[in-house]
Amino acid sequence: MSKMTIPLGPQHPALKEPVNFTLVLEGEQITGSAVNLGYNHRGVEKAAENRTFLQDIYLIERICGICSHSHTTCYVTCVEEIAKAEVPERAKAIRTLVGELERVHSHLLWLGIAGYEMGFETLFMYTWRDREQVLDCLELVSGNRVHYGINTIGGVRRDITPGQKTEILKRLAILEERTKYYVKLGTEEATVLARTQNVGLLPHDIALERGAVGPTARASNVKRDVRKDAPYLIYDKLDFNLITHNTNDVFGRLVVRVLELVESYKMIRQILNYLPEGPIAVKVPAKIGPGEAVNRYEAPRGEDIHYVKANGTDKPERAKVRAPTMANYPSVSYMLDGGYLADVPMVIAAIDPCMSCTDRAMVYNTKTDKVQIYGWDELRKYGIEQYKKKGVDFSKL
Amino acid sequence: MTIDSALPALTYILIFPGFVFLAAYGLFLQWFDRRLAAVMQNRVGPPWYQPVADLVKLLAKEVIVPEACDTVMFKALPYFAIAAVVTSALMIPVWTDAVYSFQGDLVVVIYLLTIPTVTFFLAGWSSTSPYATIGAMRVLTQLFAYEVPLMLSIIGPAILAGTWNISEIAGFFTSHKIYMLAQIPGLLVALLALQGKLERVPFDIPHAKNEIVGGQFTEYSGRLLGFFCLAVDMEMVVGAALVNAIFLGGTLGAFGILGFAVFLVKTMAVVFLLVLLKVLMGRVRIDQMVRFCWQILAPLCLAQILLDIFIKTLNLN
Repeated sequence: MSKMTIPLGPQHPALKEPVNFTLVLEGEQITGSAVNLGYNHRGVEKAAENRTFLQDIYLIERICGICSHSHTTCYVTCVEEIAKAEVPERAKAIRTLVGELERVHSHLLWLGIAGYEMGFETLFMYTWRDREQVLDCLELVSGNRVHYGINTIGGVRRDITPGQKTEILKRLAILEERTKYYVKLGTEEATVLARTQNVGLLPHDIALERGAVGPTARASNVKRDVRKDAPYLIYDKLDFNLITHNTNDVFGRLVVRVLELVESYKMIRQILNYLPEGPIAVKVPAKIGPGEAVNRYEAPRGEDIHYVKANGTDKPERAKVRAPTMANYPSVSYMLDGGYLADVPMVIAAIDPCMSCTDRAMVYNTKTDKVQIYGWDELRKYGIEQYKKKGVDFSKL
Repeated sequence: MTIDSALPALTYILIFPGFVFLAAYGLFLQWFDRRLAAVMQNRVGPPWYQPVADLVKLLAKEVIVPEACDTVMFKALPYFAIAAVVTSALMIPVWTDAVYSFQGDLVVVIYLLTIPTVTFFLAGWSSTSPYATIGAMRVLTQLFAYEVPLMLSIIGPAILAGTWNISEIAGFFTSHKIYMLAQIPGLLVALLALQGKLERVPFDIPHAKNEIVGGQFTEYSGRLLGFFCLAVDMEMVVGAALVNAIFLGGTLGAFGILGFAVFLVKTMAVVFLLVLLKVLMGRVRIDQMVRFCWQILAPLCLAQILLDIFIKTLNLN
């Protein structure tokens, strides 16, 4: 049979965000694949340099709609480190609590997406219905469902009342009950097993070699979790297990995520019982530095890295973000090769990708084999000219 | 042929049990299917007029024909699909015996029901776009997977009843109701194969949207797509009616309005089972489906046929 090249994305029903996978097919089998990024580069890092440290929290929160708390926590920890601010224990506990609630909502969302990608719409509908419980908890704690805006430099903005605590515990009981059902469904339902077992194999050594992070790595039996390796916030005071699986496939990633849900419930209970008395924030001066800090945070998708450099003004000189999806892209092309076309959505979804969080843009001149560096004004000019060629004039904006 | 005798024939084809009835009941069953699935999935689901509204909207929209494809074939295929389904409906008993009932109509119906699938394949193939081509290949692969179990599952009851006439098979099971219990394995196989024929979960592989967007219908739009969707809805009516007539004794001896009511209730019950299959599982891969159909469904059918032959010889003695 002759070879056929099909594009998957940037607009495709399986992808919610713009990215392009070019697949070379021989019948249903994939013989080659390439990942093309850069459809939605938003210039968040550059924009962060033009805002104050406090304003940047709300900008960085919008890097990702799902792990928004992960990004802000990682960023404010960097800023606090430079400012040498001592964050109160209660604030740390509340940050951890929101972080774990966020992990629950992210993993439930992923389970629904996985169901959708394998054509199992009932699973999708069920998990997204149950996810409402945890979103309600987050709304109760922070006032928002998605961008919680609970972090501030030096602590958190809202306290947790005893009433909220009982409400969260009540909803947690419902979620625990439902998760038992998902564990059973994920490990016993015939079509789920058929579509996930031995799909998207990523052996242990390849996962290490390609630097996979988060549940993707843990499903290949890589014991890698920032919460255990370098405990931050109050994770060193919590008792939880590092979940790994040794099947190296999509099934392993499903099991890891579902069992991590159970661990998160355990942690949320511990945090609510621990919750020390005291203030929730300390005052931090607006002008910080000079100094620099880099921090790691275990986001639901894996290790998130933030770097902040301050120069003594109220704005960062440089802010750098490495979202977890970036670290998992190299593994995707390995997992796709030799697989079936029908498994492509499952394999891509299994790393829980967040395309826009991670997007990179680079100008590469093929003739001179050189990477060109653009300044902000040059880039703007280049963009306007590029669109003028297509008949759209942005120069008046 | 005089006008007098031509008129009723035309009404059969155009109105009842032909095009108008099939379209109306097909759209109703589409709503029934969607609503039931919604309730099972804890959703609200569409209002009763949603399928009609969808169809009207599609009929009003612009038809875009890709430049690279065979225009005549591309445009004619939806009508072939509808014509084949409507013709097959004439041989299936609705409230009483079928309009055209003869020895061997069972075989004719099976072959007529293959035509829509072949038009789906040609539709995808003639579209020439990558997604549609892959969809077309999957349609054909899937046809070879479910067609044999579907035919084999229908042979069992035919052997037991000793006839190739659908109406007579229904009549046989009406008078020997206890034998229906022996047909349960065959019924299950027929339902699963029907799920493959109608391209529903777990066998909606040819137009799996996460993989190949719209599958064989990717390039279709407007009126042509509307007619293809209508053909699929009509196929569901004919499929449910066929299962009802062959495995469940048709109208169970009821005539007139009562018979029609029995027909509606029983076809809806068959669709209920199809919905149950749809919401209970995810989509399988094409190689898994072929393996499942040949390794599990086909042997199950053969066992059913053996059982029917055994019952028949026992009866003769």
